[in-house]
Amino acid sequence: MPVRIGVVVFPGSNCDRDTLHGLELAGGEPVALWHEQATLDGVAAVILPGGFAYGDYLRAGVIARFSPVMRAVEAFAADGGLVLGICNGFQVLAEAGLVPGALLRNRGLRFLGRDVRIAAERLDTPFTHGLAAGGAPLRMPIAHGEGCYYADDATLDALEAEGQVLFRYVDEEGGQAAEDDREHNPNGSLRAIAGVLNAAGNVAGLMPHPERASESILGSDEGLPIIRSLVESAARAAAGERPLALVAAS
Amino acid sequence: MTIAEPEAVGEPAEPVEPLHRQLGLTDDELEAIRERLAGRQPNELELAMFSVMWSEHCSYKSSKPLLGTLPTAGAGVVAGPGENAGVISIGDGLAVAFKIESHNHPSAVEPYQGAATGVGGILRDIFTMGARPIAVLDALRFGDPADVRTRHLVDGVVGGVGGYGNCVGIPTVGGELVFDPSYQGNPLVNVMAIGVLEERHLTRAAAPGPGNLVVLFGSTTGRDGIGGASVLASATFSDADASKRPSVQVGDPFAEKLLIEASLELIERGLVEGLQDLGAGGITCATSETADRAGTGITVDLDAIPLREPGMAPFEVMISESQERMCAIVRPDRWPDVREVAERWGLPVAVIGRVTDDGDITVTSGGAELARIPAAALTSDAIVHQRVARAPEHRRAAPAPGAPTGASDRLPERGMDPGAVLLALLGSPNLASRRSVFERYDSTVGTDTVVGPGHGAAVMRIKGTSRALVAATDGNQAVGVLDPHLGAAMSVAEATRNVSITGARPLGVTNCLNYGDPTRPEAFWQLTEGVRGLADACRALGLPVTGGNVSLYNESPAGSIAPTPEIGVVGLIDDVAALVGPAFVTDGDAILLVGEATSGLIGSSYAALAGTTVEDGLPSLDLVREAAVQGFARDAIDRGLVESAQDVSGGGLAVALAEAAMWGGRGAAVRVPTSMSPAVELFGESPSRIVVTTTQRHAPALALLARQHGLPVETLGSVGGDRLQIQLVGTSSTGASEERGSTIADVLDVPLTALRHAWDHGLTRALGWGN
Repeated sequence: MPVRIGVVVFPGSNCDRDTLHGLELAGGEPVALWHEQATLDGVAAVILPGGFAYGDYLRAGVIARFSPVMRAVEAFAADGGLVLGICNGFQVLAEAGLVPGALLRNRGLRFLGRDVRIAAERLDTPFTHGLAAGGAPLRMPIAHGEGCYYADDATLDALEAEGQVLFRYVDEEGGQAAEDDREHNPNGSLRAIAGVLNAAGNVAGLMPHPERASESILGSDEGLPIIRSLVESAARAAAGERPLALVAAS
Repeated sequence: MTIAEPEAVGEPAEPVEPLHRQLGLTDDELEAIRERLAGRQPNELELAMFSVMWSEHCSYKSSKPLLGTLPTAGAGVVAGPGENAGVISIGDGLAVAFKIESHNHPSAVEPYQGAATGVGGILRDIFTMGARPIAVLDALRFGDPADVRTRHLVDGVVGGVGGYGNCVGIPTVGGELVFDPSYQGNPLVNVMAIGVLEERHLTRAAAPGPGNLVVLFGSTTGRDGIGGASVLASATFSDADASKRPSVQVGDPFAEKLLIEASLELIERGLVEGLQDLGAGGITCATSETADRAGTGITVDLDAIPLREPGMAPFEVMISESQERMCAIVRPDRWPDVREVAERWGLPVAVIGRVTDDGDITVTSGGAELARIPAAALTSDAIVHQRVARAPEHRRAAPAPGAPTGASDRLPERGMDPGAVLLALLGSPNLASRRSVFERYDSTVGTDTVVGPGHGAAVMRIKGTSRALVAATDGNQAVGVLDPHLGAAMSVAEATRNVSITGARPLGVTNCLNYGDPTRPEAFWQLTEGVRGLADACRALGLPVTGGNVSLYNESPAGSIAPTPEIGVVGLIDDVAALVGPAFVTDGDAILLVGEATSGLIGSSYAALAGTTVEDGLPSLDLVREAAVQGFARDAIDRGLVESAQDVSGGGLAVALAEAAMWGGRGAAVRVPTSMSPAVELFGESPSRIVVTTTQRHAPALALLARQHGLPVETLGSVGGDRLQIQLVGTSSTGASEERGSTIADVLDVPLTALRHAWDHGLTRALGWGN
């Protein structure tokens, strides 16, 4: 039986349907979770999807973190539950303090929708274990106005030392993109960071959209292994097995 | 009500315009209103309601007689003109809803909000029908890109389209960006939206069933957009009090997103009898149109309408164009469920009236009747003007039959190197890459975008099926300014050709007719000719016109815009795996040109660059040929004979080849047999031509198929290498075979990297945008 994975629907979420569709492609059973509910209906993992939760007025993600469902998500995460935030979902996780760092406005101060390439820093996490070792960079779209990853130098050093950098923007050959390389690191993220993990390794945030790169007809299916990794990890967690990643942090 | 207060005491007495004139109504129109009120003088509230409903925007009072000449019947059409959007069946119980609409004047005043609310308005037209919007295409037209004001407008409009569409989560997947001096004082912002629905959910904007409730949900009603688009161009509110606000509406895409979800849920659960969005004319328009369509009346209780601010006058409430509002007709027993849905989505909701059987729109407050007007008088029985059309006395027409053409354009006799001309064209503002614009849009949300903006028609797959919708917009003002009939017909030809060469079958046409002041005979002649061209082309191609919008008074102190019929086309491809794109695919493939160049450089990008002389003519369009070319393209793709297909349009054959080469990342070497001047052969934009590639093995079969469709076809060369090489090979005017092979122009030979560089940076350089 497919494992149940929740997708939180905030008012203004606009990638919720795409993410539910992507979960189906990855073999999961997608479950929509309404922002006002206080429990997670027993799902084995949660995705916070992209969009403009509560209109993103004030600042991306800043209102959504106060919604009732986020209390349940926080408790779930504290208990070791698997949580993935994509785009606006990443912004919400950062605002809620569930992952380190912040997403600032893109360096060019404009919304950017285009394809990028990212590479996983580690393959021993619940979100990346299904990726091919030594594989080519993964091509998928970004679509955001506030995606410039920021943290102070000490935090960045610590993230790198602790293995909490999950994905970086890279060039065609897989080399890390420079901070001023607008072609490959369009939002100007520090150290080209596209995705991060929390310290425990069970919560991840990712700016690009793997769910939009889950079918070859859409130009790329290179995001699907990320969603499939989550689905498989969630299935293991549901079966009482220890999720893969908690290893790193322990 | 304080529409017009007399000047304060002490000021020199100036004659005060009667109220109806202040509201943009003529004396004749006032008389016509009296007739429809059984001779009675309308009160001020009634006059305000008439003024918005009898505006050009809402009533089509100048264009209605013309629009009646358009072909509207076609296979699978389930909703046509008069509904919020055209709807065409696409099989398996599914249908596509689509429409294009203008937001020109608001965008000229406040570009960001004008464009943003333009997107919001057209999206509402789509989901009001019960369709989930899946794509937006925006066709934008501005003046000189080097001008500071133009740059401000471009930045604001692009920001507004993106800001709204990105937030609401509908991908912007195509459109146009055109610069022409005639738009200097009056930019055009035309937005097309496409949605998909289950046919059984098709919802009408009607108010059946006396006793049913009229429910308003969405944003509250405020003073924004009073008079808005409906009277922006034709009336001046002269009150000096503090309520003077911009007439441009303010958009809230977050509210729109909630409105989409709530509306579609109401429809899917069968909770509404009718649904209408609120746009121009606000509550007045929504109630009168829905009542008139159902042959009923509606009584509106002003006191029940949720307001954004206190102290609004009745006329302000009735004609406010506050955005993101919907009007639902609801059976009383379903009201609790409707309220629950709206409130769950965080939307204010209220019963603001009831459907009646008296045929009148009645406005009440505190038990008193403030207005009573027959619904038909506001809508279907609104005044219609028979305007005068007169062709301008001095106009450039196509050369007389038999007159020598084509010999006069002097490339390279003018001293121009064809390679340099090609690079200049690729880097020109109208042909260069639009990437810097469309990457400010989210083109991939929704996970349906197979082909996004930038490379020909947009392609959206339909989840759960093997099918895809293919959409394109085109508008030809450069030819239209001299021959509005030809310009309109060429717009239809190009938009449909762009759809056909993907392998899709065009389903129908939506149009946005952007013209000047219809009370000027010359401008009305342009509109008349444009509609005639639109009708001729659609008939020849067998396509229904399923709706659209008319935008008149597009004039500024600098003059009238070039007549611009913006055409939107949606097509259907049964198997998306068979889709063909414009880019070269494989080295070694044969390159064929189907169709042939005809003379006439006027209106071309080359002419804009190099100028024209009196002998240069307009291109000609043979609609039978056009239909044959498109039929051939679909047939050939159906038989699996085509690797790539690209139409010859802006910049001519050379630009078509250069684009296919750049996009495919591979060069080409071709020899073009030519009987006309090099400029016409390389850069002329005569229609009904496509460049197709195929495997060498299939090339003879493809050429044979073209001949079977009655089309001229030439094998030009093959794909490969990292340069574009074009050699013109002369054929004598007498057709003597020994003349074949004589070179009359230098070979055009440019590396792909140079093409790419010119194309990539042309627009950002023209607009002064940094990368």
